[in-house]
Amino acid sequence: MTVPHPSLRLTRRSALLGLTAAFTAGRYSLALASAATPKRFVVVILRGALDGMSAVVPYGDAALADWRAPLVPPQPGAAGGLLDLGGFYGLHPALAGLHGLYQAGELLPVHAVAGPYRVRSHFEAQDYLEFGADHAMTSGWMNRLAQELPAAPGGADTALAVGADIPLMLRGAAAVGSWLPQSFAQPAPELYARLLELYRHDPVTGPAVAEGLKERGFTEATLGQPAAGGPGGFAALCHGAGRLLAAPEGPRLAVLEIGGWDTHTQQANRLVFPLRQLDAGMVQLKAGLGAAWRDSAVLVMTEFGRTVRVNGTGGTDHGTGTVAFLLGGDVAGGRVQADWPGLAQARLFENRDLQATADLRAVAKGVIGPMFGLNAAALERVFPQSGRAAGLAGLVRTA
Amino acid sequence: MDTRTAHALVRFGLGRVGQSEVPPDPLAALAAELEGPDPALAQPGASAAEGLIALRQDRAARRARKADGALAEPNHVRGLLAAETARLADHVLTTPLGFRERLVWFWVNHFTVSLRRPQVAGVITAYIREAIRPHVTGRFHDMLLAVMNHPAMLMYLDNVGSIGPDSPVGQRFHRGLNENLARESLELHTVTPASGYTQADVTSYAKILTGWSIDLRLNPPGYVFRLNAHEPGDKLLMGRRFPHGRGGALEAFAFLAHHPATYRNLATKLVRHFVADDPPQGAVARLEAVLRETGGDLKAASLALLQLPEAWTPLTKLRSPFDYVVAVLRAMDLPPARRPPQMTRVMAGLGQAPLAAPLPNGWPDTAADWAGPEAMMRRIDWAYGVSARGAELDAPELADAALGPLLHADTLAQMRRAGSRRDALTLLFASPEFQRR
Repeated sequence: MTVPHPSLRLTRRSALLGLTAAFTAGRYSLALASAATPKRFVVVILRGALDGMSAVVPYGDAALADWRAPLVPPQPGAAGGLLDLGGFYGLHPALAGLHGLYQAGELLPVHAVAGPYRVRSHFEAQDYLEFGADHAMTSGWMNRLAQELPAAPGGADTALAVGADIPLMLRGAAAVGSWLPQSFAQPAPELYARLLELYRHDPVTGPAVAEGLKERGFTEATLGQPAAGGPGGFAALCHGAGRLLAAPEGPRLAVLEIGGWDTHTQQANRLVFPLRQLDAGMVQLKAGLGAAWRDSAVLVMTEFGRTVRVNGTGGTDHGTGTVAFLLGGDVAGGRVQADWPGLAQARLFENRDLQATADLRAVAKGVIGPMFGLNAAALERVFPQSGRAAGLAGLVRTA
Repeated sequence: MDTRTAHALVRFGLGRVGQSEVPPDPLAALAAELEGPDPALAQPGASAAEGLIALRQDRAARRARKADGALAEPNHVRGLLAAETARLADHVLTTPLGFRERLVWFWVNHFTVSLRRPQVAGVITAYIREAIRPHVTGRFHDMLLAVMNHPAMLMYLDNVGSIGPDSPVGQRFHRGLNENLARESLELHTVTPASGYTQADVTSYAKILTGWSIDLRLNPPGYVFRLNAHEPGDKLLMGRRFPHGRGGALEAFAFLAHHPATYRNLATKLVRHFVADDPPQGAVARLEAVLRETGGDLKAASLALLQLPEAWTPLTKLRSPFDYVVAVLRAMDLPPARRPPQMTRVMAGLGQAPLAAPLPNGWPDTAADWAGPEAMMRRIDWAYGVSARGAELDAPELADAALGPLLHADTLAQMRRAGSRRDALTLLFASPEFQRR
């Protein structure tokens, strides 16, 4: 196969995309102009409920080993031991990359957090985490955040979903792109143009295909030829997402997701692989962002934690409090943020879970408020009725 | 083909196979598919016992391999799964109208078991044969029971190792409960959180289910009730008392299967699947009434779907990647040797790897879940790829056979102006009307 020169390819796409713009009144344009903020904010959803006390282990809590000795790695300094975070908490040994960020002052674990709605159903809890509310809504909070940011002059999308579909968190009125490395051969642009004619009147497929074409024009201009052989691992996805976010005219918000956390059995073994994937992904996200890392913050969060006790099969069942991670050049890291509730029996939530002492919305608000200069009214639009979950102070370096 | 027939074949079936005969009375033909046993059960297929034997052989081979380090990767399960998947694919591509098959896959998704837990690979196709197919036109209660004592579900949601903490095994080995199956059975399979159950109910139901396990050493291997792992005593679930022993779970299944909240859940999901993303309340209420009046007769409920006035309004549902790939390949009606290989990989590339849903709630069922920009672009790209296999097909003729009057004039005009047969077919398969069901 002959590979067209990148600029030529872009030109052919330009013609096609120009045609798109013609019937959508300029909403979709090839002019991928600079976005109006230098800041980048990324959310990574860990679907399936990460056991926060295995990722960031409160080894200094005397009750920990009583509840779950088989799940606690050796003390810091021992072979295969925890990576110390200042004497009370330790990172799981599979998170060496994150530990490097911690040492550079760019990782801030926030412990004993939970979403706004205390249920132990994965599906409901994920929905409410993505609505950003304790009631059902018609849009996700990252989409509402996109609506609060100053529109880019050229009308480029502010937000990007990394994956084939748009997660609930990004659904809503603001136009959102999605990106996944290619795996099927593509027809000539002319055929897409004919199809656009057919989709024009279709309320579901029309906007999706127009958006998809526009996104491809942009991603190919930024990343060059799509790599052959289908999607790579999570780390490759993170690297690509970082590069798209780094582009001056690129999106400013992105959502990634990664599963594998629902460890009902044999947790000590089962958790190692997803933790390694997450760790490698975050390192690659930083690499992809390059200089833009300085202006970036990443929020890694999960729908709820897991039981403090080990269940009958070496795993843990659905719980409440867990950990979230903030990382990035703009994050005031190098410490652990927590109002630690303790693991004494009387302190457990419903005598089974880690008590949550912070609301994930307070974490998110503490980042996006200062980063994007959003006032209280704007934050209330992003997270309606979240007055009791005031944004936590001092999470980011942006004044 | 008139509009009503085309509509019936697309909404309730898997899409017309090539130029196959069109039934004179489509409603009667769809209903006739629900008479008698599932034709797939007349074909050969591996049983759960065979799958577990394959798993046992693989585990033994893996142990031997560890010992001497020289043997090849064991592949009994992989071979069995590949052969069974090919049979399933052949059946969905060739079954006449596909109403029954649509229902089969609806129930497979309702009671999701997924290859994301690799240990179910040997039994997942047997699960469809043994727990789902026999009951698609039977009673929901029987399907629930067949699901709950099938090795695939017991392994997938971890019940095999859930031990009553006060049972002899629990006391001796300090083992305890695993709540996974109990929680998903209440939340997803039966009453849903709308019924108001609590964490205490989940724990109690998990105790009721202790002892429901499998034994790999039996000959044949399969389901077993382990009394010595069963939590002693009566248990309270949603205000009712259930006795000690295996019978406690049987009573619980009967209670849950006939609970009004379960009927509501099933009615809502059926209407969402066959009628509209946002299920019309009148239609849900009618289905619910049928389930209530018949004690959960799934054949009666399925037939009632055909009679819903809401089912005869214009098609708005978006085909899932599975439905879409199947409909395209049925329309092309290629001889087996020329079908694209690895249909399951194609579906995975479009976002829906068959039998591998990420989580126990199965695949989503609304357009918003499938119509992401990149997802739609991938459909177009795959349509272009598969259209290369239709070099001798007459695209307008094929369009008329597959969609009849549902084909838009614009699409036909674009196809006639296309520069190649491949492009014309791509335009048909990627057209908005072909995405609908």
